[in-house]
Amino acid sequence: MTDLQAHPESAGLWQLFWTFFKIGAFTIGGGYAMIPLIEAEVVAKRRWLDREGFLELLALAQAAPGVIAMNIAVFVGYQIRKNKGVAVTTLGAVLPSFIIILMIAVFFASYQDNPVAMRIFKGIRPAVVALIAVPVINLSRTVRLNRKTVFIPIITVVLITLAHMNPVWTIVMAAVGGILWSEYRKTKKID
Amino acid sequence: MIYWQLFVTYLKIGLFSFGGGYAMLSLVEYEVVQKHAWIDPAAFTDIVAISQMTPGPIGINTATYVGYTATGSVWGSVVATCAVVLPSLVIMLSICRFLQKFRQNTWVEAALSGIKPVTVGLIAAAAISMINTENFTDYKSVLIFAAAFLLTWRWKIHPILMLLLAGGAGLLIY
Repeated sequence: MTDLQAHPESAGLWQLFWTFFKIGAFTIGGGYAMIPLIEAEVVAKRRWLDREGFLELLALAQAAPGVIAMNIAVFVGYQIRKNKGVAVTTLGAVLPSFIIILMIAVFFASYQDNPVAMRIFKGIRPAVVALIAVPVINLSRTVRLNRKTVFIPIITVVLITLAHMNPVWTIVMAAVGGILWSEYRKTKKID
Repeated sequence: MIYWQLFVTYLKIGLFSFGGGYAMLSLVEYEVVQKHAWIDPAAFTDIVAISQMTPGPIGINTATYVGYTATGSVWGSVVATCAVVLPSLVIMLSICRFLQKFRQNTWVEAALSGIKPVTVGLIAAAAISMINTENFTDYKSVLIFAAAFLLTWRWKIHPILMLLLAGGAGLLIY
């Protein structure tokens, strides 16, 4: 059984950096796409962390604010090699997308003047809107919206799109509202 | 000063984005397109498309891109990218250190239970604010939208394949 145990001390900093660089370079489509790859590398292949600990921290990384892939990189780095680990995992995960997007920004800055590129993007733009609209439907199921809670996303949409409220305030109000509601439920139970 | 504005803006985006890349888009759109006008609405949509087709999280991708376009310098990218990552670093490190206390904190749990349904609204708001004349130029755009929506929703086609098809369609019909 010993070989199933996690052995974080086996991770060299360079190896850790390279692992997260690869994860950053090969996950197209954002943070959620990274999760299975990180698990495969860090848990299954290298055994730097055990599966249970990984899943537990994964839930926290998704709940915490920020870029989810970065949150995961931070906690995996910290669990394995503390602060030095964090430095190399975050840098490794950020660098590939930083380099690629920077090259696109520098060399394709004038893409809006290119007639061929313009035709392609004219087709892509409405598709992007669809790409973002579909998860709304799927997520409504995941967070189990019901008759009592469905007003929350609707109000959020009205505040942002019609009242042009800064989305930051909707987050703050949601957090305060969640706390007040749970406190209210507690007092109700006591009475 | 623009670098300071970039730093503060992306720090805010990193700190207040819950629920991943798509939920973050509302914040990015509000700050970067509406408030500071560093990029136009069409370019914003294009970055989202490019983000889906290149490696890395959307949050990082928009920071790097906007940082460069706003300043015309690589340092703009560095500042914005560092700023968007910084809250993750600070918050996740504190969680790692005080894991036990954090897990038992009912207030944190209650706050998150309120935030979850709001993230659905944030993504919906991002989609709605992208329904504009830059993205929908004529009836053909509406047809592409409908086709893309069905392909993604009913047939769960891969986003990259879907965007490539849409780009091909654009090349053919425009």
